[in-house]
Amino acid sequence: MFRLRLVPDNTNIQFMRGRYAGLILSALLSLASIALFFYPGLNYGIDFRGGIVIEARTPQAADFASLRHTLGQLNMGQVALQEFGSPQDVLIRLERQPGDDAAQQVAADKVRATLAKEIPGTTVRRVEAVGASVSGELFYNGMLSLGLAMVAMLVYIWFRFEWQFGFGAVVTLLLDVTKIVGFYAITGLQFNLTAIAAILTIMGYSINDKVVVYDRMRENLRIYKKMPLRELIDRSINETLNRTLGTSMCTLLSIIPLAIFGGEALQDFGIVLIFGIFLATSSSIFIAAPILLFLGENRLRRGAPAAEGAQQPAPTP
Amino acid sequence: MLYFPRWKTYLIIAVCVLGTILSLPNFLSRETLAALPDWYAGTRVNLGLDLRGGSHLLLEVDMNAVIHDRVEGLVDSARTQLRTANIGYTAINAGDRGITVQLRDPAQADDAVKALRPLANTIGGGALGGGQPDLDIRANGGTVTATLSEVAMRDRATQAIEQSIEIVRRRIDETGVNEPIIARQGNDRILVQLPGVEDPDRIKRLLGTTAKMTFRLVDMNADPTTGRAPPGSEVLPSTEGGRNQQSYVVRKKVEVDGANLKNATAGTNPQTGEWVVNFEFDSVGARRFADVTRANVSRPFAIVLDNKVISAPVIREPITGGRGQISGSFTAAGANDLAVLLRAGALPAPLKVIEERTVGPDLGADSIRAGLMSVTVGFVLVCAYMLAAYGLFGAFACFALLINIVLTLAALSMLHATLTLPGIAGILLSLGLSVDANILINERIREETKKGRGVFGAMEAGFSRAYSTIVDSNLTTVIKMALLFIFGTGAIKGFAVTITFGILISMFTATVLVRLMMVSWLRQSRPAALPV
Repeated sequence: MFRLRLVPDNTNIQFMRGRYAGLILSALLSLASIALFFYPGLNYGIDFRGGIVIEARTPQAADFASLRHTLGQLNMGQVALQEFGSPQDVLIRLERQPGDDAAQQVAADKVRATLAKEIPGTTVRRVEAVGASVSGELFYNGMLSLGLAMVAMLVYIWFRFEWQFGFGAVVTLLLDVTKIVGFYAITGLQFNLTAIAAILTIMGYSINDKVVVYDRMRENLRIYKKMPLRELIDRSINETLNRTLGTSMCTLLSIIPLAIFGGEALQDFGIVLIFGIFLATSSSIFIAAPILLFLGENRLRRGAPAAEGAQQPAPTP
Repeated sequence: MLYFPRWKTYLIIAVCVLGTILSLPNFLSRETLAALPDWYAGTRVNLGLDLRGGSHLLLEVDMNAVIHDRVEGLVDSARTQLRTANIGYTAINAGDRGITVQLRDPAQADDAVKALRPLANTIGGGALGGGQPDLDIRANGGTVTATLSEVAMRDRATQAIEQSIEIVRRRIDETGVNEPIIARQGNDRILVQLPGVEDPDRIKRLLGTTAKMTFRLVDMNADPTTGRAPPGSEVLPSTEGGRNQQSYVVRKKVEVDGANLKNATAGTNPQTGEWVVNFEFDSVGARRFADVTRANVSRPFAIVLDNKVISAPVIREPITGGRGQISGSFTAAGANDLAVLLRAGALPAPLKVIEERTVGPDLGADSIRAGLMSVTVGFVLVCAYMLAAYGLFGAFACFALLINIVLTLAALSMLHATLTLPGIAGILLSLGLSVDANILINERIREETKKGRGVFGAMEAGFSRAYSTIVDSNLTTVIKMALLFIFGTGAIKGFAVTITFGILISMFTATVLVRLMMVSWLRQSRPAALPV
């Protein structure tokens, strides 16, 4: 009977051998991401920066040069034009106009009128105009929900597991989130409300993964009371490897269509989630588990008297 | 874990069937729906503006203008009060939140405070009193200040926003938009959602006009070209443009207020064929209008809208019927819009559009198509993997997945929740997350089988061991999505909603339903080994 197995059944990879490499690489990537966050910085979308986005469909293939010229004459700062989907679809981005929130509306109307005049037959398919006060609030709320989500995860894991697990999960999350931010900085994808949703989703997915691996470790801690922690962690990871990879595969399969067919709004979301799934899967194995190993097995086994007298090798190298 | 009492089996099947029935109206055509009873045909998912096309506007009430109006009013009334009480003053100044009066004689400070006290309005309290004055009046030497209290400012703001919402609703109703949503947001904002509106220009213009209309006499003694007006009058620009004068000197005193209008309609003047707005006063307005026109025959009477003179016709004879006509070189649309504004009434303060998101209907249709496509492809891919990895048990999981989508849709329909484009992404993502439960269970069963457990033992252990992990991992997701729902805005909320439903329902479909299918299969075919 054929069964697709992502890894053979009796896989026994000694993941903990790579614990330093994993942690150091991850830390370096996160540091690089933080650096990228400051320079060149994120490509904030209009949700967070304010400004105007207009999606237009021209009757024939759009003439970008003349379009840029026409819109440039409106004197509204930098006008970014982008083709997407088909040559007839143009995405016009304007920076936030000086003045108050209402100034964005005036500018958006002006572009609409110009398009209608200069390229007759153009349909404006989407208009978004966001002023400074709204974008400021959206940004604040977005960051607030990220922060609160982090705290909520910490509290949940703390209650549910021993503190070492909670600590490991939160450090891993921090490393994950910084890398997603770095991914936004490198790719130049729009950082907007959808990005917050993407980060929250990846955080949720990552924690999911950690919970499954941790659950197995805890179970094994009870079963193999004398097994060295390093061996036990490796064993737990290997036992759950098929599940970890299987779920990652399924989530990946469900997200890929989004990145292909999702249209302007969801394409970016899909791409970031695909990156996030790889990130979360690798961090369960190479980050969350080593942290647990470093925090020591003596403490993790304090509640199990049977292990007290057993000879235990030092948890550190 | 493996025993299902008969009632439980029936209950599970009933939930699935009921869910399917409830989600059906989403797929039926308009004609079929019309033949069904309303309560059933009505259980459909609301499509968000990004899917059905429409315009989302966020308006802000200019609270500074609200307070400014009140302060200006205070200056005027203070002047009158002090004059009648015979208290001399050198200046009355308007501040941000109140007024300052410089008295000529500091000894009159107490009298001045007493004279100004009637300016305060009482806020709060009921029929028995108990409210408090909204003004804090103090004397300090020869200076008397009257300051609006914090409570008063808040009270003003609340009133202004509630009034504004009412006026906005009336104006939008006049334009014939179907099912608009108009809701207060925060302290000074109004959210307006207009399904099907592709170009919100006209509505933005309508909402951006305060439409404060007054009828005032033109000051015949001043020359508007000098740009200076005598006390009690002001120079106002004209909207008529080249045809007539550029501006008028108009008395500040309001003879008749637009608030006294009962009706206004657009029409054409039969003689000139010009577009005009016909209006009709209520009884109070009609009486005042008659008095003024009787006393001022052959003098020009200015019709002022938002501090611009629309026209200033000369009064030929007293108008006693309470009806009149505004002609101001209107276009058909201009006349109609003005009629709408006059009928709906004036806003208490100017409104600003601070956020607009408009999606055309064809883009919405494209998005629906893209969404359906993504969900279908995603579903097929996930099912293909599950079948390849777990065979028959994978097929059970796929069926459960299908029921999961159907039940999610049914839940959204029953709650009349709004499905947005990110919401569709949520459905997709929950496909991946909910098979996680099945993968956990199947992997566990496989492990237990390898350890040498029998068919039933392995199943039993697989389900019970995997269960706590499933609950744990799903709860963390639900916590996250709750936060996203609370702090997210607009379409993003839709993502949180569908994913939450998807996950919660997967706790039923991926575990209970799949277990039922597996157990029934076990009982029927009594296999020697599990097909995992």
